[in-house]
Amino acid sequence: MSVDKQQLLQFLLRQGDNTLVLGHRVSEWCGHSPILEEDIALANTALDLIGQTQMWLGYAAEVQGEGKTADDLAFLRDAWDFRNVLLVEMPNGDFGQTLLRQFLFDAFQSVLMGRLMKSSDEQVAAIAAKASKEIAYHVERSADTVVGLGDGTEESHDRMQAALEYLWPYAGEMFESDDTDAAMAAAGVAPDPAGLREEYDALIGKVLGEATLTIPDSRYNHKGGRNGAMHTEHLGHLLTSMQWLQRAYPGCEW
Amino acid sequence: MKNEWPLWEIFIRGQHGMSHRHVGSLHAPDAEMAIKNARDVYTRRNEGVSIWVVEAKHISATAPGDKGPLFEPSESKIYRHPTFFDIPEEVGSM
Repeated sequence: MSVDKQQLLQFLLRQGDNTLVLGHRVSEWCGHSPILEEDIALANTALDLIGQTQMWLGYAAEVQGEGKTADDLAFLRDAWDFRNVLLVEMPNGDFGQTLLRQFLFDAFQSVLMGRLMKSSDEQVAAIAAKASKEIAYHVERSADTVVGLGDGTEESHDRMQAALEYLWPYAGEMFESDDTDAAMAAAGVAPDPAGLREEYDALIGKVLGEATLTIPDSRYNHKGGRNGAMHTEHLGHLLTSMQWLQRAYPGCEW
Repeated sequence: MKNEWPLWEIFIRGQHGMSHRHVGSLHAPDAEMAIKNARDVYTRRNEGVSIWVVEAKHISATAPGDKGPLFEPSESKIYRHPTFFDIPEEVGSM
């Protein structure tokens, strides 16, 4: 079955923008983590995410067919062009909030990659196969830290519960479905995200339970990131910092 | 010191068939996290195929002051080195 190029491009931008924006967010911890071991671990995670971005946006640029590169897409688009979910652009907050955001995203990625490895699109399947090993480690590490802090001291528990209440309304957007998702599902490129929710809830329910954290009852979701309708004010600030060099010195290479 | 995580000694096997070698130490709350931290700190440039972690307090060591009786007696026993045998070429490296 042939795939609509514009829909495929949209799908690839969603994947690449998620990993790009989160990769940049996590890299903001470099040199600032509570201890050296976590600093290096977070830097590794950020680099993994940027590496995945190169694959997703590289393929996106190829599908787009305008002679652009992954770098062009990363550094020369403005906030309204980005297709990442709002969750990944949320501020780092404290270390616990960063790791909880990471866990909510890693868990989604781990469920999604299992499906994408069987994609009818060979390049998508190959990217997923490579990324899935990194993601398997990411989710193990972030889950362990969420449990360690959630089921830790009274203060760490309270901070993690506050982080969960802050971030929870942003988790649901990952399971939104629209025409692009329908087109990808019909072509066997990617699953309908709505169908991943049950597996995701089981995974995070187990970990958050172990972490003695209470998932909020509300299923209200902030959305608008993955369809580009409206990002939070945080994305613009992030891009200002991330894209500064290419904006100030267009075409600069080193 | 009460708020410090315990210290762990890290041993990495560089490739199959080799022994684990001590590469350094790090802090972690438990053995599982020590392995994860070791993976992130010491194998990020593809240095290893296996990791051992041992909490530093579980390592017993010789005292520097005992080195006379412990090590000096073997200094003069060169006949313990297998360098007095002619090894046939066919054996290859030993």
